[in-house]
Amino acid sequence: MKNKYSIFSLIKNAFSYHENWHKAWKDPQPKKEYDVVIVGGGGHGLATAYYLAKKHNIKNIAVVEKGWIGGGNTGRNTTIIRSNYLWDASAGLYDHALKIWEGLSQELNYNIMFSQRGVMNLAHNLQDVRDLKRRTHANRLNGIDAVYLSTEEVKKFCPIINTSPNIRYPVLGGTLQKRAGTARHDAVAWGYARGADEMGVDIIQNCEVKGIKRNIDSVEGIETTKGFIKTKKIGVVAAGHSTVIANMAGLKLPLESKPLQALVSEPVKPIIDTVVMSNAVHAYISQSDKGELVIGAGTDDYVSYSQKGSHQIIEGTLNAILELYPIFSRMRMLRQWGGIVDICPDASPILSKTSVKGLYFNCGWGTGGFKATPGSGDLFAHTIANDEPHKLNAAFNLNRFISGDLVDEHGAAAVAH
Amino acid sequence: MFLINCPYCGERDQQEFKAGGEAHIERPKQPTELSDDEWAEYLFMRKNIKGIQFERWNHAHGCRKWFNMVRDTSNDEIKLIYKMGEKPPSD
Repeated sequence: MKNKYSIFSLIKNAFSYHENWHKAWKDPQPKKEYDVVIVGGGGHGLATAYYLAKKHNIKNIAVVEKGWIGGGNTGRNTTIIRSNYLWDASAGLYDHALKIWEGLSQELNYNIMFSQRGVMNLAHNLQDVRDLKRRTHANRLNGIDAVYLSTEEVKKFCPIINTSPNIRYPVLGGTLQKRAGTARHDAVAWGYARGADEMGVDIIQNCEVKGIKRNIDSVEGIETTKGFIKTKKIGVVAAGHSTVIANMAGLKLPLESKPLQALVSEPVKPIIDTVVMSNAVHAYISQSDKGELVIGAGTDDYVSYSQKGSHQIIEGTLNAILELYPIFSRMRMLRQWGGIVDICPDASPILSKTSVKGLYFNCGWGTGGFKATPGSGDLFAHTIANDEPHKLNAAFNLNRFISGDLVDEHGAAAVAH
Repeated sequence: MFLINCPYCGERDQQEFKAGGEAHIERPKQPTELSDDEWAEYLFMRKNIKGIQFERWNHAHGCRKWFNMVRDTSNDEIKLIYKMGEKPPSD
């Protein structure tokens, strides 16, 4: 049993110079066989393992990760959490996640630094205004908090925004979801890893999947760099590399993997206490607790697995940021990086069974997966444990690309995917 | 991948180009006879290869002509560029 983190354990460990803390998770070698193997040790994969163990009483689980846990897109995103999606199916999915976020630090006994500082989406043209108003109404019908703001109200909520009517893309209004916000992304992976490990889940790092062994209609195990692991159920949560894993099982997916970039500035004193996103000029910004401005750019339009994006993408984003926030004109950028995101044709995720029995995919989150981490894990665990989707993820099946029943959030969500 | 050698204009900055996705996806000859599975395959399923991939590109801010590109998606290295209608290299 691990030490519970509390003020008392902090004081107690201070006496031993913080050298005797328990390891948050073990570093085991794989066993020969597991009931479920999760491929991918990011937030979604670890959350899936956590909920499988916690809610479905499956304890013999392995999470195999090619690098280190949380080293992929979980540690590369801009940590924004919101649920103001247009369509009912998406609203249900993302608000389910948001409700779990609200109690997650307590549940995991791990401070994920969830901060409901609000997310504001800006409108820059007449169509934006109409779309955002429509989305606000749709959100409220689905029980999601949303308000439409006038230009003056935008300025009042975030005074550093340039609301002059004379800029290239003037701010004509915006929406605000107050329950939305940010969380510390690494802590989410670490918290779920610690929680899953405590319930007996084996988290196996530096273990790359090399092949999937299957017979005609079901899976038999996975071939990894640490040997063969026998299992009847495989949950693939491999983000940008989902297609690579699918190909190992002889499946094709409707995904394209593209680079998405983000960057942070040097740390400064608190200047922006919310998250502001803009669809039309594709710029979004928030400030981390360390004081860095966290800026998200867009995706490149070509397939790439190189975790590098094009320079002009960042340039375009920073142009927009500078026009909206002239106060940042002399900020220096500290770091820039890219991650590989798997994008579906309808910009909605896939949480689904496949034509192969025992093989499940959780992918296609595109540019916006972090916000869904707890909900995605919970629903994917349900899907794997019961071999049937939960009603909240039923719409996000693979079959929708054959039936045509898409969940078309492309351009309908609060920000371009 | 900063410069792309347009077969009509020569080397230009990547910024002038637009990626057009996977190449050599043929429009079905008999669309009315296609099953839902075949439609899904044509419309949505993509190879999304990690490694050598065949793509279409457009010199959007230049001659506006389309062409094909062979590119290694694991490191963004351009291997070959050839015109539309030309046969893809076999190796």
